[in-house]
Amino acid sequence: MHPARAWRGRSQRYRLEGEICEGCGARLFPPRDICPECQRPARTPYPLSGRGEVYSYTVVYEPPAGYEEQAPYIVALIRLEEGPLVSAMLTDVGPEEVYIGMPVEMVTRVLHRQGEHGVIAYGYKFRPVLRRTVMLPSPSAPVTA
Amino acid sequence: MREVAIIGIGQTPVGEHWEKGLRELALEALEAAIRDAGVERLDALYIGNMLSGQVESQEHLGALVADFAGMHGVEAVKVEAACASGAAALRIGYAMVAGGLADFVAVVGVEKMTDASGEAITAALATAADAEYEAVHGMTFTALNALLMRRYMHEYGYRREDFAPFSINAHRNAVHNPCAMLRFPITAEAFASARMIADPITLLDASPVCDGAAAVILCPADQARAFQERPVRIRASAVATDTVALHDRRDPLWLEAVALSAYRAFQQAGVRPEDVDFFELHDAFTIMAALSLEASGFAPRGRGVAMALEGAIFRDGRLPIATMGGLKARGHPVGATGIYQVVEAVLQLRGQAGPNQIPNARLGMTQNIGGTGATVITHILEAMD
Repeated sequence: MHPARAWRGRSQRYRLEGEICEGCGARLFPPRDICPECQRPARTPYPLSGRGEVYSYTVVYEPPAGYEEQAPYIVALIRLEEGPLVSAMLTDVGPEEVYIGMPVEMVTRVLHRQGEHGVIAYGYKFRPVLRRTVMLPSPSAPVTA
Repeated sequence: MREVAIIGIGQTPVGEHWEKGLRELALEALEAAIRDAGVERLDALYIGNMLSGQVESQEHLGALVADFAGMHGVEAVKVEAACASGAAALRIGYAMVAGGLADFVAVVGVEKMTDASGEAITAALATAADAEYEAVHGMTFTALNALLMRRYMHEYGYRREDFAPFSINAHRNAVHNPCAMLRFPITAEAFASARMIADPITLLDASPVCDGAAAVILCPADQARAFQERPVRIRASAVATDTVALHDRRDPLWLEAVALSAYRAFQQAGVRPEDVDFFELHDAFTIMAALSLEASGFAPRGRGVAMALEGAIFRDGRLPIATMGGLKARGHPVGATGIYQVVEAVLQLRGQAGPNQIPNARLGMTQNIGGTGATVITHILEAMD
């Protein structure tokens, strides 16, 4: 990928920045400038939360050129909580653990590399939502003596 | 508008043509079609092709094939619409004759895929998807179809094995097609245990990578009899588009461009789905066959697979499909496929389909799908009395 092309997509790839239609309020990702719902201009940037759930998924055993190192890998359609579907790889999860409806969240990872001297393209992938860590009081510190 | 007829057909066997390049394949099909039509001159030549730039580093196929065929000076251009390139070229040829801009037009679909490695072809085919938002995430064409198939199974409660009749039917029909690539029958057991490509899609859900070329000759229908005893009339020619990216569709399991293109074709021809005697559909993957049957109006939503399980798609069924092997077993040389479908439909309508002949076939439909349904081109063909 040419560096300018990777740079041009930085807001979408790194921040999952979509657009909101000022006409009907539809939230769009990827950005498409004309709202598919009401055909009016939709050029106001709108960052998406990155939270959603798995709509469908598959495991790629025969990768295209440039993705051989990662295969087999999981790609999915994610239904974002704001509405849009997005195509992305799943990460930090095995194929046997994924299910339709699984809650996932966006993370930033390497999408692909082009040899030793090429651009390393970063972008969004999705992982299962991490459980919130609950801080418990230490049992070795009794309140009373 | 003038009525348009197909007066000549030609095809090379589909397969791995190590000894032939793009131009040789295209010429072989074109010469066969010209011989079949018995025409002396051509006014224009349209080439349907998707991958020549990526696989052979060769674009500009209009001039290339015209030159190689010795048709110096003739109007010739390449038409591209991913896997629907073949039918897209036919659409242009049809419009030229119907509109009176040309009388005798050749349309050739040609594809050369076996000169590239598997990884390179997988990457090349993915250019039919959205490069910025699908392919960059490692999406392959098989993966996109697998996403559809898994969701379909989830919503309608089918098992993977339920898709077997599509492939069993295609392979059974390919046995008697001398131009088919995979001329052997397969069993339900083989289908169930086939190698996984992109879960739940296996090798036996998917059409093979291959080379091939097919051609048709068009002319005004009122002149057709001077050249061909059994001409075939193009009753409808309809193109529709949808979002390139699967994720941009409101409902990924409903192929809106299929519905629009089929609806427009039925309107043009003034016929209904039940009038169609056979359907050469775009079974690049079993899931595409199911979704095409549904959105075209041959099966209710979620019942495309049930229609196959009931046997309605077999040669003796209500709506025979893939009658000469389909994409699955004849092979899917992507940019040529749309013309292979039409050549096979013409064979059926002429009564020249051999052991695969559909009795009394009068009206046939072909449908060529680009990408995951972003370009859909439907033709309805009729035997001329």
